Amino acid sequence: MIHTEALTKKFAATLAVSQLNLHVNEGEVFGFLGPNGAGKTTTVRMLTSLIAPTEGQAVVNGFTVGKQDTEIRRTVGILTETPGMYDNLSAEYNLMIYAQLYEVKDPKAQVEKYLRMLGLWDRRFDEAGSFSKGMKQKLAIARALLHEPRLLFLDEPTAGLDPEASKLVRDFIEELRKEGRTIFLCTHNLDEADRLCDRIGVFKSRLLVVDTPAKLRTQLFGRKVVFHLRAAAEALAEAVRALPFAREVKIIDNKLLVTLDQPEEQNPQVIRCLVNAGADVQFVGELRHSLEDVYLQLVKNA
Amino acid sequence: MNKINTILRKEWAEVFKNRMVLFTVAFMPLLFTALPLIILYSMRGTSLADASNEIPQQITGFCPNNLSGGECMQVYLVSNFMLMFMMMPLVIPVTIAAYSIVGEKTTRSLEPLLATPITTFELLAGKSLAAAIPGIVATLIGFVIFAIGAAIMVSNPLLLAALLDARWLIAVGVAGPLMAFASTLLCLMVSARVNDPRVAEQISMVVIVPLLGLFFGQLSGFIVLNRQVILILSAGLAAADAALAYFAVRIFQREVILTRWK
Ligand SMILES: Nc1ncnc2c1ncn2[C@@H]1O[C@H](COP(=O)(O)OP(=O)(O)OP(=O)(O)O)[C@@H](O)[C@H]1O
Ligand SMILES: [Mg+2]
Repeated sequence: MIHTEALTKKFAATLAVSQLNLHVNEGEVFGFLGPNGAGKTTTVRMLTSLIAPTEGQAVVNGFTVGKQDTEIRRTVGILTETPGMYDNLSAEYNLMIYAQLYEVKDPKAQVEKYLRMLGLWDRRFDEAGSFSKGMKQKLAIARALLHEPRLLFLDEPTAGLDPEASKLVRDFIEELRKEGRTIFLCTHNLDEADRLCDRIGVFKSRLLVVDTPAKLRTQLFGRKVVFHLRAAAEALAEAVRALPFAREVKIIDNKLLVTLDQPEEQNPQVIRCLVNAGADVQFVGELRHSLEDVYLQLVKNA
Repeated sequence: MNKINTILRKEWAEVFKNRMVLFTVAFMPLLFTALPLIILYSMRGTSLADASNEIPQQITGFCPNNLSGGECMQVYLVSNFMLMFMMMPLVIPVTIAAYSIVGEKTTRSLEPLLATPITTFELLAGKSLAAAIPGIVATLIGFVIFAIGAAIMVSNPLLLAALLDARWLIAVGVAGPLMAFASTLLCLMVSARVNDPRVAEQISMVVIVPLLGLFFGQLSGFIVLNRQVILILSAGLAAADAALAYFAVRIFQREVILTRWK
């Protein structure tokens, strides 16, 4: 769906996007994570043929950026960073304009479909300018979907929304995924990325890593298992350290923190070892690193 | 074609929500319809009594010699208003056209708009029609009202013929609209380049003023607008419009317009 090679964008002095090699598969939700000014919006603009790359190539929906720009614009949907509605026109009219510009076959029906789906139908005659931030955002999402694009770019869809509105938008993205659409999701919200995305690319001018959220965690930190003991002792830790596969063993209070590559296989052996050494094992649990830890680690090093 | 229409309607829906804009568009034509009619009305009947030698040569040379001096004066005064009719479409679109692109920059609606499959030509065509048509229509309505009023008030058919001479019909019906498009396209180009709506209007006015100089040239007798001059002017304007349209599309670099903004 999206394929880029050495995609680069320079603005006068700033190198906004450098040598981006990316492949986004059909039907996946791809999270594009990065700090402010990382170049996320710039990347989206290049991939939607709004601005031209300085160097490199990109193929979007089978069309080449810079050569088949109109085809790209026709076939992708984009939620821009700012909704940019015509504030003194009604919500419905705003969408009608775009339905016509996107050459939608039955504009009225499509507009109604998405206004209803996003809960804005009752407010359709109100001026877009009278909408709250969240409502404007929903209206902008509706606008991006009118022509039923298979590939959708969402630039920070939940930025500035309250938890309830964010959840609604997230659920909506989930729905879109179920319909088999490909979604390129720019976000700062790590929790959101973790929950929604099949794969995540962490980006800061250049691509730092790409992987599934789960793999990103293990790659960076390994997987840690916590063994809660009635009484932890250095001798028990020593016993576990003697196991060839234990990567790191630490004692914190009465807990034994063990880093393992394959806990599914190795946990029983650790427990047996502990029991043999005379420990009372109360609970065993996996210590999950939040994606935030991963992200901060990556961005700090970049 | 449909997209041009979409943009056109959208512009009007937005622009005419603002009653002040409607007023700006309608006010000038109404004023310049009323003034020549008032002149004709107040000078009614004085025509026969006047002696031609009281009227400067400059003015009597201006009209057919079978009219009396007073009638000549009327023709002279009214022709200056005809010129205004021709020039009005130059000024009226400025408010709408100057705002049209930079306005969308400030409200950030330009980015989603440029993300649609609309071509630059369609976008600019929609926007220039939206800015030019109201001025043209308002002016033509004003002119028709003036013509009807003159026909009612003026009893001498020769005077009426001189007042509604073919050159003025060409001036108001052809040169005027062509000027409206020239002015609109210039303002659109300005609007695409600047980042502040107020600046856009200021610069646009500066561009339009030299064209208004033509009017004052006529007033002081430097340029005499006879039928030939108006036809040549119209041909020149048509060529200028074509060139301006070409350049407007050429220099409308979507990316630059979108990103210079930041
Ligand atoms: N039009 C522009 N002109 C000059 N520099 C620009 C322009 N647009 C973006 N940049 C620069 O490019 C870099 C990337 O900006 P971009 O908006 O793509 O970041 P982002 O990842 O979307 O950030 P945020 O999370 O704040 O939205 C920044 O350093 C920015 O200053
Ligand atoms: Mg951004």
